[in-house]
Amino acid sequence: MTGTVGKEEFQQSPLLEDYALQRGVADELYDADGTMRPVWKPFINLLQRLSPEDCAAHFARGDQYLRDAGVFFRQYSADPQQERNWPLSHIPVILHDDEWKSICAGLEQRAELLERVVADLYGDARLVQEGHLPPELVARNPEWHRPLVGITPASGYYLHFLAFEIGRSPDGSWLVLGDRTQAPAGAGFALENRRATSRIYPESFPRSNVYRLAGFFRAFREAMDALPGAEGRLSAILSPGQGNDTYFEHAYIARYLGLKLVEGEDLIVENGRIQIRTVSGPVEVGVLWRRLNAAFADPLELDEASQIGTPGLMEALRQSSVSMVNALHSGILETRAFLAFMPKISEVLIGEPLQLPNIATWWCGQKSERDYVKQNAERMFIGEALSRGLPFDMSMPSALGGTLQGAPTPDLSGWVDSYGLNLVGQEAVTLSTTPAWVEGRLLPRPMSVRVFAARTQTGWTFLPGGYARIGRTGDATALSMQRGGSVADVWIVRDKPVPEETLLDSGNFRREETGTLPSRAADNLYWLGRYVERTEGAVRLLRAYHLRLAEASTPDDKRIANAAELLRQLEIDPDQSLRATLDPMLQAASVCAGKVRDRFSVDGWFALSDLISSLASLTDDLQPGDDSARALRVLLRKISGFNGLVHENMHRTSGWRFLTLGRAVERGDGAGAVLAGFASSTSPEGLAEIALEYGDCYITHQRRYRIDPTLVTVADLMALDVDNPRSILYQVAVIRSVAETLPKSRWRGRVSAVLSVLLPLEAELSVSAPSDITPERLAELRDSIADISDRLSAAYLV
Amino acid sequence: MRYDIKLEIEYAYGGPSDHARTLVRALPSDLPGRQIVSKRLLTVDPMPSERSERRDFFGNTMIALAFHQPIERFEISVRAHVERLPHPVGLDLSPDLRGLSRDIAQHKGLRAKAPHHYLGPSPRVAQDTAIATFAIHQSEPGMTAIQIVERVGRALHAEMQFDSEATDVETPPSVAFSNRRGVCQDFSHIMIGCLRALGIPAGYVSGFLRTIPPPGQERLEGTDAMHAWVTAWCGVEAGWIEFDPTNKCVADLDHVAVAYGRDYSDVAPVKGALRTSGDQWSKQQVDVVPI
Repeated sequence: MTGTVGKEEFQQSPLLEDYALQRGVADELYDADGTMRPVWKPFINLLQRLSPEDCAAHFARGDQYLRDAGVFFRQYSADPQQERNWPLSHIPVILHDDEWKSICAGLEQRAELLERVVADLYGDARLVQEGHLPPELVARNPEWHRPLVGITPASGYYLHFLAFEIGRSPDGSWLVLGDRTQAPAGAGFALENRRATSRIYPESFPRSNVYRLAGFFRAFREAMDALPGAEGRLSAILSPGQGNDTYFEHAYIARYLGLKLVEGEDLIVENGRIQIRTVSGPVEVGVLWRRLNAAFADPLELDEASQIGTPGLMEALRQSSVSMVNALHSGILETRAFLAFMPKISEVLIGEPLQLPNIATWWCGQKSERDYVKQNAERMFIGEALSRGLPFDMSMPSALGGTLQGAPTPDLSGWVDSYGLNLVGQEAVTLSTTPAWVEGRLLPRPMSVRVFAARTQTGWTFLPGGYARIGRTGDATALSMQRGGSVADVWIVRDKPVPEETLLDSGNFRREETGTLPSRAADNLYWLGRYVERTEGAVRLLRAYHLRLAEASTPDDKRIANAAELLRQLEIDPDQSLRATLDPMLQAASVCAGKVRDRFSVDGWFALSDLISSLASLTDDLQPGDDSARALRVLLRKISGFNGLVHENMHRTSGWRFLTLGRAVERGDGAGAVLAGFASSTSPEGLAEIALEYGDCYITHQRRYRIDPTLVTVADLMALDVDNPRSILYQVAVIRSVAETLPKSRWRGRVSAVLSVLLPLEAELSVSAPSDITPERLAELRDSIADISDRLSAAYLV
Repeated sequence: MRYDIKLEIEYAYGGPSDHARTLVRALPSDLPGRQIVSKRLLTVDPMPSERSERRDFFGNTMIALAFHQPIERFEISVRAHVERLPHPVGLDLSPDLRGLSRDIAQHKGLRAKAPHHYLGPSPRVAQDTAIATFAIHQSEPGMTAIQIVERVGRALHAEMQFDSEATDVETPPSVAFSNRRGVCQDFSHIMIGCLRALGIPAGYVSGFLRTIPPPGQERLEGTDAMHAWVTAWCGVEAGWIEFDPTNKCVADLDHVAVAYGRDYSDVAPVKGALRTSGDQWSKQQVDVVPI
């Protein structure tokens, strides 16, 4: 049923040549008469002035921006390589302000209604008692958390931040497809969509009439500051962690709004108050913006299997000590089956019909509705009643257009009869189409818009545009809205310029206070420093070994056996493949880095990813000797690149301090281990040179001593030379100077537990002679360094 | 029947546990018409930094404990005097399954005893085909709900072997059922799964059994630790009846109830969360003596 409708003045444009409207489908670009909507004209004009090559170049600028900014999302997976680039559709969706205002009015009513529904479900449950909502849909709902019954939110409201998925019906009116109330995602991506499109369409387009996005975030940040308990306490985003598909956004919004990014493990509850464990001790939290599903929030009273929750969180809620955005109660409002009852509930709770209808839905637990669904199955999605998915996010078993998938029986009608209680039918809506760029021209693709709403002191405010989902194919029955689509910016345009405001004016936001680094983040940075340094040490030793192999005139050269023996003592197997030896260390580094990604530059992250993929690309058939030495040299260069980026460019905050401590502790220990192996060897031939190569000071040694290296000269340089950045004394001095800047380094007239070991150690090493550096002394030194590490952990990291 | 009840629960950790938090549901409550608590006391050693008491959703007494300092072990002692009242099943007024589903449909409400909570899957009792099939074979047309509850309970007792080595507290009912072995927790979870599969609302009861049986009777299974049995809703007229599948009897004068819920996860006597990497172990000692 496709047919081209008249397209007036743009008909001849090659850009729109193939833009075929479908009957029975609304379109964003053209109205029902086939006339281009005026709100699109300036934009289409702009596109037409560009050649296809210009367009491609413009779009590439947007993609480049997104890559540089490190915008990514991922499917649930621990593998950082599985990240996917943000799938930006380069053509925005354009809506007129008047239309937008009426959408927002409808959604404001809906937000108010949802607030009352959740209050009722966790209060006196009038809706159920009076028969407006079947008890099964609540009592069997995994998002109805019994321990929350009777707990009211400290902030006075259950809902503070919402998203609505809306679509346009064939008759041109708007329809709510689903409510996102638990932890709505996408607002941060909306900001990035906008930043990307401003790079794609930087000049020549009259952007002054397009509403900006920043004001919404500023208003919401102010609203959070005004919540009860916010004054004088921290506000934080509670994230499920880096495994979450939208972790990027959690880190991004935290940075953008100056909020702490925390995970359940960062929090402890004492006497009903929530505190973040930081390197300076516990700090109280007043507002939590929750991006974690409620079930996982407290393993004691909610899902007992949760590994990412905070025991006692429920206790804090009972004592009203924290304002939560949104309350843990709120997830139940996303239940698909509720949409069947919302029209009636609206009449009951607010005495008004819904201003914006939601997608027609029938719960199959009632006989007449079940019969209706069976009779009209070809026009419906049929799926799980208690699912929180949007209509087009169908999970199995489900039926679409009368075709059943993944069900225990092939008979649709029998399936609906047997499982009616668990099923809903939803009208298989046809969404409107909007232009998407496909191989050099514009083609119609189905779309839905996500509208974000925030509660402020003066009522609900809406993010003006920013986020639309675009279907993969031209099929407007929403099938193509399932996985694999793209995301577009949405421009809300008015007829005159909008008030000027800077998109990214961070000047109005409070600065993050230093010294409140969460202990878990500090711990991960510390171990990141250690693992990267450990990898570097291993690479240096392996390179020295393979160089010996390459240089040796005979395979039974003693120096090779001695070097191999030293490596084995240090638990590095020289016969194992390089990848097998180094991969565990780098993976450990990568896990730590992933957990503190918000504290890293995008470049630093890329450098680490690059290092890991270089290692992964090493083949197992690398030849010992020159071949391997060359590969190791490449790795060494990449490690230096990472170290340079991180250590040169990272701000000297608490985070940098712990990274530095980790590196110094590992480096000191590594030097001690190599020297000890050398000093205690019964066959030390060639080991002095290896130690010097490990410490990167072969040339210094030659210049300074002008003799072949001995244990004394090597110990002088590698243990006691305070100017050698790889010596033990140098590391001790670094650790001491950093430890002096840590919280409570001096407390009530005494030095901290860490300094009480460091100060005498540094003094003693400073006055030691090279001949004092015996194997026994080296063992003691390594014990001292281990003791320092334990003391750092006990004081700051747990 | 009056009982003097003593319960000792000890928990120990492999390493010191920082900020341990624990929820305890080990104190019996008054149950109108079934039991009267004349004295109850719960003590904790070492002294917790926080202690509070309240009723949970199901009406059980729940005590929350928190230790701010690292601890390596703690011990909970309960002492209670409980009078158990006779509560015979009496005349069977329960409907058949079709009548029961009508009774359920007419019930509007979400309070703790509403049948709707006890029909769907719950955290520890997922739907299971083998258990459902077993249940369906026990039910015959025309049987009343109470008859089905007792039939299922007795059939399970015959089918299953009591074996305290076969399962642990985390074993899912499907596994215990396929091995046909387990303890009171497994018997109860499987029976709950059976009854729900038939459309009979069913929940979990934790409690105590008298330690020494009355003269001339056999000693019951499950006296050395806290016990568990099943409660089932048999319609508006009959209400809730309690059956102990481990001992194939109606829970009456020998049983003292502590907590009610959908399954074990709602009533676990001690639920803990701690920050420690080491192992943990626990031990329980129960004495229920008539006075």
